[in-house]
Amino acid sequence: MKNHANVVIIGAGISGASIAYHLAKKGMTDIVVLERSYIGSGATGRCGAGVRQQWGTELNCLLAKKSIDFFSTMNEALAYPGDVDFKQEGYLTIASTAEEAAQFKEDAQLQNRCGIPTQHLTPEEALKIVPYLNITDVSAANFCPTDGHLNPFATLDAFVHAAKRLGVTFHTQTTVTGFTKDADGVRSVQTDRGAIETRIVVNAAGGWTQGLAHMLGVTLPLYSENHEILVTEQVEPLLKPMVISFSKNIYCQQTPHGAFLMGRSDPHMPPGESMHSTWGFLEAMAHTVTDLLPPVGQLRVIRQWGGLYNHSPDHQPILSAVDAVPGLYVACGFSGHGFMLAPMTGLLISEMILKETPSLPLEALSLNRFNDPTRIIKEKSVV
Amino acid sequence: MDPKKVMICRCSDVTLDDLNRLFDQGYETFEDLKRIRRIGMGPCQAQTCGKMVQWEISKRFQLPLEEVRTHTTRPLTTGVKLNVIAQGSDDEKPR
Repeated sequence: MKNHANVVIIGAGISGASIAYHLAKKGMTDIVVLERSYIGSGATGRCGAGVRQQWGTELNCLLAKKSIDFFSTMNEALAYPGDVDFKQEGYLTIASTAEEAAQFKEDAQLQNRCGIPTQHLTPEEALKIVPYLNITDVSAANFCPTDGHLNPFATLDAFVHAAKRLGVTFHTQTTVTGFTKDADGVRSVQTDRGAIETRIVVNAAGGWTQGLAHMLGVTLPLYSENHEILVTEQVEPLLKPMVISFSKNIYCQQTPHGAFLMGRSDPHMPPGESMHSTWGFLEAMAHTVTDLLPPVGQLRVIRQWGGLYNHSPDHQPILSAVDAVPGLYVACGFSGHGFMLAPMTGLLISEMILKETPSLPLEALSLNRFNDPTRIIKEKSVV
Repeated sequence: MDPKKVMICRCSDVTLDDLNRLFDQGYETFEDLKRIRRIGMGPCQAQTCGKMVQWEISKRFQLPLEEVRTHTTRPLTTGVKLNVIAQGSDDEKPR
């Protein structure tokens, strides 16, 4: 194992891999990515695979739009020998109350101002997109045709491939056990396979970010939460867009290989690192999906699993240096959306480390934004 | 036998030849192989291919069979229709 690096990135999920790729592409050498398990073993390999630009805050809209732009040329830009399977078949977002419909109208205007082509629809117009949608208690819908989905395994593989080609080293099955610091900040990362001297550490460990930060004496305003998901048997094409509803607590899409993926959140799930499967999820999911998309009720569930959301106080990412420990950076708090924002995560963290002009205002993404509670704008568009 | 004619994963159409190529490309664990080629992600959920992949990894990388990890078994044990699950829980409600 290497014992020295210019940058150590903790976590070989989509965020860590994107940061490694962007840093290496900008010329940074001697980058090591540490992964406790296998590549993509955390939230990336467990995610719903959707990428959307329909957000309620300008910052999330811009992060998402620029990430979609990246995904659209990713195979070529990264010279990936495979295919990340990027399909833009849209997100149909369902409102079920008058209040939510009014919010959707505002959201669509915000998104349009950010250059995102969201259309605000009546329930009848939504039926033209998904003819078997049960619109009994649908009050409105938003549709963005350029939202879509990717294969998360291939997308991560593409970043890892490109990063390795640029000289990045990945150490899997390697657990971080501690850090050393001196007057100048971070000095080394200790692992169960030896120590690596470095002056720059990027903590991109998803649901385990706050635990690692604690080893450096840093408390981050984060908590992790199990979110469950299930997959059905593969069937003929039935559904093009992702169908999602915040008030009905569901997201559901058919993947290119034919299986339906769907998930929802459990308001009673305690914070923690458990990723267990529950019967309660299965039952609640079955009720919600058979009500909203009746034909999907005919499909057989073949597997369910859990993964960790890493929540920030405003449900927007934290991409930031940590003032208390020079050389420490965090990419965390994605609140369930780290996969779809990963290209911008990599770009912005690499710009931060290399002291380049940032592509988006970094202050709005920094840890310091939580020092003033009156400035916090909470993202509501989260399942 | 021709590796191109030896089927490893029936659900996702993966032959022994495909598997060997993936090994050559550096995908060496069950979890890596699953993610890159959908091995074990179909209706049988690796109940058929899991042991064969374990055997091939063991042979290829000279590892004792019992040290080669395969798939994680998760619910459900067999496919059940969503509307049957929904109806089943409705039937349990007090009447």
